[in-house]
Amino acid sequence: MKKKSVLPVLILAGIVIFFYLPLVVLVVNSFNASRVSSVWGGFSLKWYERLFSDQNLLRSVKNTVLVTGISVLCSTVLGSLAGISIARFKSRLQKVHSVFIALPLIMPDILIGISLLLFFISFRIRLSLLTIIIGHITFCVSYVASTVQARFQNFDFSLIEAAQDLGAGKGQILWKIYLPLLAPGILSGAMLAMTLSLDDFIISFFTAGPGASTLPIQIYSMIRHGSPPVINALSTLFIAFTFIVLLFYQRISRRLNNEN
Amino acid sequence: MRRNEFALTMPSFLWLAVFFIIPSALIILISFRGSDSYGVLLPVWTVKAYQSLAGMHLMPVILRTVRLSLYTTVICLLLAVPAAYGMSRMSRRMQNILLLILVVPFWTNFLIRIYAWKVLLHPDGFIKHCLVWAGFLDQGATLLYTEGAVLLVLVYTYLPFALLPLYSAAGNFDFTLLDAGRDLGSSTLQLVTRVYLPGIRQGIINAVLVVFIPAMGSYIIPEIVGGPSSEMLGNKIARYVFVDRNIPRAGALSGFLILMILLPSLVSLVNRDSLAKGRKELVQT
Repeated sequence: MKKKSVLPVLILAGIVIFFYLPLVVLVVNSFNASRVSSVWGGFSLKWYERLFSDQNLLRSVKNTVLVTGISVLCSTVLGSLAGISIARFKSRLQKVHSVFIALPLIMPDILIGISLLLFFISFRIRLSLLTIIIGHITFCVSYVASTVQARFQNFDFSLIEAAQDLGAGKGQILWKIYLPLLAPGILSGAMLAMTLSLDDFIISFFTAGPGASTLPIQIYSMIRHGSPPVINALSTLFIAFTFIVLLFYQRISRRLNNEN
Repeated sequence: MRRNEFALTMPSFLWLAVFFIIPSALIILISFRGSDSYGVLLPVWTVKAYQSLAGMHLMPVILRTVRLSLYTTVICLLLAVPAAYGMSRMSRRMQNILLLILVVPFWTNFLIRIYAWKVLLHPDGFIKHCLVWAGFLDQGATLLYTEGAVLLVLVYTYLPFALLPLYSAAGNFDFTLLDAGRDLGSSTLQLVTRVYLPGIRQGIINAVLVVFIPAMGSYIIPEIVGGPSSEMLGNKIARYVFVDRNIPRAGALSGFLILMILLPSLVSLVNRDSLAKGRKELVQT
């Protein structure tokens, strides 16, 4: 006998509205000819036209693709190796290693940003896109490592020993056993790294050199210095992009999971 | 065997040692350095930065940071506990759909979400018009740049992080216990406080950690929707770095913030995955 309770469902419905209200307003307003968000001035694409003629913005999109691409690649490799070694070996070294991995997860972004900034200044490393990439790799590694490590929960290590007994080399073990088994974990780790890197404003802001502006930095300066309707248009494109990526990701991850 | 372990461990180990551990230690070290008025660090050791903090009237900011983080945590729990319960009692298919619906907004850029609230709360915005029209507000009242606006956006940002661990805890809860309790004559209140809440205890602890800790370190939310009277510790630290160019003082305050965060996270170091899960579960649905 299930008793249906109304209150939890009402709260749930309220939360869904709460989550989507701001996004819907942004999307609707991006097509609004009026500058003022509460007045509907008719349908218009002029903010999109203005968006695509903004050279700074296009440059920052290019920078973002570069930063996110490189950080995802590096942090996925580093994080996967970290996840494998923490799960595989139970030594004192791995205990320290797993604390190293855990700490960036609890450190607030602003502290990671400031400490990296001080580090770069102290060692006279010039701030540029490269310093942003270093910052992104640093916080992404931890997330990839924990995601990959989670895949090991029911992992049978005797498989590795069996492979060794049958004469498999280290490279073969990594490519033929670890990689296929961990693929869904690595993929979701990479996906997480990508969203975190795309999303990050604070750490980029602190570690960015002059002119090394990423999309979030550009959005921030637009928020600070006006041009709201253009941000609406940009946000709408961003939201659309997110939905498409998410759709693809669901497809691929379902296929990977089915193969196993 | 050992060589193997070394080869697998060292890349991430060294990376984090150089780009995380050393910078974090550096920030503490620098807080004991002197600096001149141009922000250039001097090669002397001093506790001046800490002394100057004492004279900065930071108490209201510290209290506000703790207060806003606590309120955020409590509100998130009050909303997420019943919502997670409601969700886990639905059909499997409905649960998956809802999970996706709840997670998708948080895949859009963080700044864009905060900006959306700035638009909504704007004096010409949607919410103000509704509230004035309904007679709750005067035309002259402001919603934006207040502590309430900061709290609202904090809740908006961290609610999904509270929902996910509570939902997975509810998934592991044995709901027949509630039926048994009801058959034995307990009231709904008793069922909630004596059976359900203790049953999802671990989920509640995880939810508190993934909301409270990042809320303490908030910087950009009060920066965009808050005013000068709703600054949090993160804003002060950023101000010391970019405006005052007083790096030792920023270091000293950072050290203080780290301490305040470390206290609750001692619990999480025992259960280290709970924090990663907050964001991780966004991906694994």
